[in-house]
Amino acid sequence: MKIIIQIILPLLLGVGILFTIITKSNSSEYVSIDTKNAEPSLANEAFDKMMDVLTHERCMNCHPNDNIPKQGEDSHPHYFGIAREENNIGFQATKCTTCHQSENNDYSGVPGAPEWSLAPASMYWEGLSRTEITESMLDPERNGGRTPEETMHHLTEHELVLWAWNPGVNAEGVPRELPPVPKDEYIAAVKKWFEEGHIIPSK
Amino acid sequence: MNISLNVNGVSHTVDITDDNTPLLWVIRDLLGLKGTKFGCGKAACGACTLHVDGEAVRSCSYAVKFAEGKNITTIEGLGNEENPHPVQQAWIEEVVPQCGYCQPGFMMATAALLDKIPNPTDEDIDKNIINVCRCATYYRMRKAIHRAAELRSEKQPTETQNS
Repeated sequence: MKIIIQIILPLLLGVGILFTIITKSNSSEYVSIDTKNAEPSLANEAFDKMMDVLTHERCMNCHPNDNIPKQGEDSHPHYFGIAREENNIGFQATKCTTCHQSENNDYSGVPGAPEWSLAPASMYWEGLSRTEITESMLDPERNGGRTPEETMHHLTEHELVLWAWNPGVNAEGVPRELPPVPKDEYIAAVKKWFEEGHIIPSK
Repeated sequence: MNISLNVNGVSHTVDITDDNTPLLWVIRDLLGLKGTKFGCGKAACGACTLHVDGEAVRSCSYAVKFAEGKNITTIEGLGNEENPHPVQQAWIEEVVPQCGYCQPGFMMATAALLDKIPNPTDEDIDKNIINVCRCATYYRMRKAIHRAAELRSEKQPTETQNS
């Protein structure tokens, strides 16, 4: 009896505890997470909203990697052989302002905004991943020497950037597609992302 | 509202309800200058090309409000029979037009090109003269553009009359 109390019972108790630990440990390893429907982490939410806009054709069409502006929702090369040339505004006598003025023209369907031009060649985004675009945007060698704060102001205040939410109608009179995030939400997301340290999610 | 503009050296003030009305309509319908043509209405064909302060502009896509205080030159102001612009003279010498409808736009685009590049290469012409001619007079136009450059260098009138 004494042996049972002093040896066997503690042994059984130990085995029981060990079994419980192993069982719990195993079950926790196999908890499945529904990643498809999971909410995005708050840290990346602002980044994702910002990039949803910046990778939309309203922005990308004027950040080409081949010096050829793009047009339309399908981002086809600009008609008539138009290209960047000097100062990002087209050829000597036929330039952006031959057709594009500082406002949209609803009669012709030609879009327009102040400083209508291509982004400088160093600011090409076409073909880059979201992460690479962001790295480029924050690199003074490629972003026109802007500080992060200046980049934030450019992204949230420049009239040509904000034209994306007022893109007018096309030549058939059909309204152009808007970016996928409302303007106010986009501006708030950009500011939040910059204010929280403009951290680029890992590739 | 009133818009004041200078067209071919003559000051005009037009009273217009919609200040986004294309300059083309004001030039043709209110001022009666029919040399500038309507082609596509989409700034694609170039038939409506004229000069605003010396720059080639597609007037079907240019709101008249932007012309306030500007100097406008149309084909009628480029030159005349007694004193043709080198571009007009070259067009005559090379017998460029067939139906002729698009030619004023081409001539205005060419005059603007020669102001920027007095002796353009074929590549310069290809890049800058992108108007559309359905009679396909492009070959004769190319010759005329080079001839206009020669005449211009001989005559040296530099800018167009009113730009």
